[in-house]
Amino acid sequence: MDADDETSGPMIDEIYANGGGGDDGEKRSRRAIMSGDQLDIEAYAALYSGRTKIMRLLFIADKMSNAPTQLEALRMAYDEIKKGENTQLFREVVQKIDGRLGPNYGMDAAWCDAVDRRAEQKKEKLENELNAYRTNLIKESIRMGYNDFGDFYYAHGQLGEAFKNYVRTRDYCTTSKHIIHMCMSAILVSIEMGQFPHVTSYVSKAEQAPEALDAITVAKLRCAAGLANLEAKKYKLAARKFLETGPELGLHYNEVIAQQDVATYGGLCALATFDRAELKAMVYFPLSTCLSRLPLENIFILISFLPFPSHYASCLEYLGNLKANLLLDIHLHDHVETLYDQIRHKALIQYTHPFVSVDLNMMANAFKTTVAGLEKELEALITDNQIQLIVGGTCCTLQARIDSHNKILYARHADQRNATFQRVLETGREFDRDVRSMLLRSNLIKHDFNLRALRKL
Amino acid sequence: MDPLEALLAQIQGLSSTSSDINRLHTILKQADDSLRSESTRLSPILTQLDPSIHSLGFLYILEASMPAPVTKTQAETVVPIVTRFIGACSTEQIRLAPDKFLSVCRKLKDQVMLLEAPIRGVAPLFTALRKLQVSVEHLTPLHSDFLLLCLLAKCYKTGLSLLDDDVFEVDQPRDLFLYCYYGGMICIGQKRFQKALDLLHNVVTAPMSTINAIAVEAYKKYILVSLIRHGQFSTSLPKYSSSAAQRNLKNFCQPYVELANSYGTGKIAELEAYVKTNAEKFESDNNLGLVKQVVSSMYKRNIQRLTQTYLTLSLQDIATTVQLNSPKEAEMHVLQMVIQDGEIYATINQKDGMVRFLEDPEQYKTCEMIEHIDSSIQRIMALSRKLTAMDEQISCDQLYLSKAGRERQRYDFDDFDVPQKFNI
Repeated sequence: MDADDETSGPMIDEIYANGGGGDDGEKRSRRAIMSGDQLDIEAYAALYSGRTKIMRLLFIADKMSNAPTQLEALRMAYDEIKKGENTQLFREVVQKIDGRLGPNYGMDAAWCDAVDRRAEQKKEKLENELNAYRTNLIKESIRMGYNDFGDFYYAHGQLGEAFKNYVRTRDYCTTSKHIIHMCMSAILVSIEMGQFPHVTSYVSKAEQAPEALDAITVAKLRCAAGLANLEAKKYKLAARKFLETGPELGLHYNEVIAQQDVATYGGLCALATFDRAELKAMVYFPLSTCLSRLPLENIFILISFLPFPSHYASCLEYLGNLKANLLLDIHLHDHVETLYDQIRHKALIQYTHPFVSVDLNMMANAFKTTVAGLEKELEALITDNQIQLIVGGTCCTLQARIDSHNKILYARHADQRNATFQRVLETGREFDRDVRSMLLRSNLIKHDFNLRALRKL
Repeated sequence: MDPLEALLAQIQGLSSTSSDINRLHTILKQADDSLRSESTRLSPILTQLDPSIHSLGFLYILEASMPAPVTKTQAETVVPIVTRFIGACSTEQIRLAPDKFLSVCRKLKDQVMLLEAPIRGVAPLFTALRKLQVSVEHLTPLHSDFLLLCLLAKCYKTGLSLLDDDVFEVDQPRDLFLYCYYGGMICIGQKRFQKALDLLHNVVTAPMSTINAIAVEAYKKYILVSLIRHGQFSTSLPKYSSSAAQRNLKNFCQPYVELANSYGTGKIAELEAYVKTNAEKFESDNNLGLVKQVVSSMYKRNIQRLTQTYLTLSLQDIATTVQLNSPKEAEMHVLQMVIQDGEIYATINQKDGMVRFLEDPEQYKTCEMIEHIDSSIQRIMALSRKLTAMDEQISCDQLYLSKAGRERQRYDFDDFDVPQKFNI
């Protein structure tokens, strides 16, 4: 614990310095994009490329109520779309901008028509090529043909078609490289479409490929798997997957996810679902080795705070500050509330864990809340325990009782002996009841059967 | 000689040994119709017979002399005679003509109800019941009549004493349904909800090819009692209940099922609103009192949940959490639960307005507890023995063997040799 103490010392200063909003030049490269400050859209968008960049910008524009930032996001989206060939999205963005950004950002009908015409021509060309390949029955060319088709549809925003075409290449894959390529494309399109069950199946398909995969692909697959788990609300699995993603990912997967996001998602899910031992094993030690090479994610610092009681309040406060920006994230926004609740519950339970009795006043101070509010929260936690025992694989239960008069929480240990006696008597009674009614019923059936048999005779 | 006089002489003469009684029985059976035609002249004859010795004869004549529709005055005279007879008659002679005996008792019940004094029939029917029973586990049709009279006369304790016997042999399924239904109602009256639940459960899950009205009424009460006792109710019947019941019972009891759903949400205001809107439906089924008990049980359940979470709690907080109107009401509820029902353990500190919840003081260390456990073990062992005995009995049963013999697998030449007489 001492070693952690020392490292947490300077880190505390760092956290407060960042929270103060200062723009420290030398720390810029390591400063988190997701901080308590207003989101820097340009820096944020710079992390991504391709379609996901556009989607994220549009999402931010939708969620932001602040007009200038909204317009900023829309402007960047417009520029990005113009570089591509997706006229559908283009129309959408123009509608959203609604002329607010001046004449340069209006409806460029000419551009749209030109792109559409080019698309038609390209499509015809591809179709002819594909037919030619099919008649010639050259596997590799057919596969390339379908791939090109898939890419074409993807660029034009027709994700369903793209997916179908990528999947069609499966029959023509000869080497495992091809299979991996197909899986990665399918995964990419599925993530964009939001169909995460497909993601999971293609990830497992890719992992089963006979050849060993290179580190980057492994990292990419882990990210995709983590995303799928996140969407499926399996936070513990998601945390594991994200934390297993090595630093080799770098910028290679920024058409889907940025390395920062991996750290953010992983950190949050881990905080919410891992218990202390797991946090130590999976987060601290890697933190001191390879993950620290990641651009600084303040959340990892937070994780080191959690075991120390005096820091719960500041930890939760900091998380509260982060919340606004996290809600702008396209994958995380549905889950922020749940994750935060779980983190808070875990903190409460962990606080009471070592004690036989806890003074509610002191606890309220530690969590910077009122005694009444705390009481209500604890009551909810204790009652929930009666209904469901284990949450997310970790023991998130509170066995205690509240002395409302003196404001003390007493830990309560189940009396096994009494419980056993009660169960035994109860089982005996049930057996008694069941057998008696069984005998009665069999008698009735026998009687009924006798009647019927007699009638037949 | 007047045939009646002859008959009388025969009765008096042939009522001593069992062989004589059998002859008497055959004679009486032949004379039955003629007796019926002379029903008006029979009452004076009865005075000449002694019910304890000449029970069989007395029975036949008595039965013949009681025409079906009866006026109040007639009932007045007949009821004491029947009562005396039942008290005095000899058991073996009665058992030779059980259906006659049954019809006599039935008529007694009708007359007693006509006189609007059901309590006059309670004791006689109880004695009659015990005399007719072959064994304690045997269910006679008189059981349900007896329970009905108990209900009407409000003699719940006597009814309850009968219900403590376990019943295994049944002649007529209809008897069982009525017995369990009335029995359930008596237990509800005495607040023995678990036993009521068992009885009603038996009705609802009994094998039946079509639904009958008794099962429907029983199901309604079953829902309400299970809410009071367990605080929850699941609409799925166990697998062994008949398919007719599983499919159709719910449709007849719609308001009750919805009441159960509303109870499940845990919101008292909603529950009370629902009860108010559907009050006449419940009233028409005579279940309104029970429904009110369901509502009050909800308060109890909420308070019970509090005992799991809190060691001490102020009366004010209890009142707000459980949605009662004032701390005084909360105090009343807690007192009632502690003292009357023994459901929770608590002490009230009136100075602070605080309630302290205590753990169940039962330590399972006393002699009584050991005896209790021991007797439970004995009872269950007896039950298992009974189960094995019944299994053996069925394996030897002729009808079962014939059915099983026809349908079983034949692997060996010997298997084809099923004795002829079993192939019905």
